[in-house]
Amino acid sequence: MGHFTEEDKATITSLWGKLNVEDAGGETLGRLLVVYPWTQRFFDSFGNLSSASAIMGNPKVKAHGKKVLTSLGDAVKNLDDLKGTFAQLSELHCDKLHVDPENFRLLGNVLVTVLAIHFGKEFTPEVQASWQKMVAGVASALSSRYH
Amino acid sequence: MSLTKTERTIIVSMWAKISTQADTIGTETLERLFLSHPQTKTYFPHFDLHPGSAQLRAHGSKVVAAVGDAVKSIDNIGGALSKLSELHAYILRVDPVNFKLLSHCLLVNLAARFPADFTAEAHAAWDKFLSVVSSVLTEKYR
Repeated sequence: MGHFTEEDKATITSLWGKLNVEDAGGETLGRLLVVYPWTQRFFDSFGNLSSASAIMGNPKVKAHGKKVLTSLGDAVKNLDDLKGTFAQLSELHCDKLHVDPENFRLLGNVLVTVLAIHFGKEFTPEVQASWQKMVAGVASALSSRYH
Repeated sequence: MSLTKTERTIIVSMWAKISTQADTIGTETLERLFLSHPQTKTYFPHFDLHPGSAQLRAHGSKVVAAVGDAVKSIDNIGGALSKLSELHAYILRVDPVNFKLLSHCLLVNLAARFPADFTAEAHAAWDKFLSVVSSVLTEKYR
């Protein structure tokens, strides 16, 4: 797992502070389901996922997206111990949810893209690099308890 | 995997805007790649990789021009990139995993520069298009 410099931590924390987590959550999960439609396999109970607009407007997608991204807020506060922070969630994703960890990488990259859309020029190559470390760290932590 | 008519329309129409910033987009995409995924620098020991280097700018332009070629022949990407495909298979031999990394960095670059155009549908179309380009470039590997 990558090591976060003080600069990484400052970058990640400051960008997070400016984000509307609810909106970004729905946007991120929605885009995951649109761009990588096979990820819909986990969400049979979510109702209408039949088109990009149906997915992006789906209230269950928005609610779940918010849940997921809120949890990422814990990561932002605990960058030095992502494994500890996500130990229980890792077990949950393995034992109960049966999610292939590849999906964590896909979601991470979709989040990075959503940040780029939201922050535009401010999302410089340096800022992106810090966030790639962040999403890679989270993906790694979430898969650390898999067995 | 093959692009739908709608996807092709999205790509081609966005490209008209993108091509006006082609060179800077190319350079910045490589910068993003080298910063976010430092292991990709192993393919460029012979380059000066400092931001703004002439080599980086030249190479960035080359990469984006090739993407442009794929867009211009979006109905026959295999044909348009055949020579490039051979180059990657026999000479460059870049590990296939890196095409995903470069594609992602180009996507992020486009998203940052054209946020209004980068709808979920456009995002999907671009991801798929770059995936097709990557497949073409690795199809002769073995």
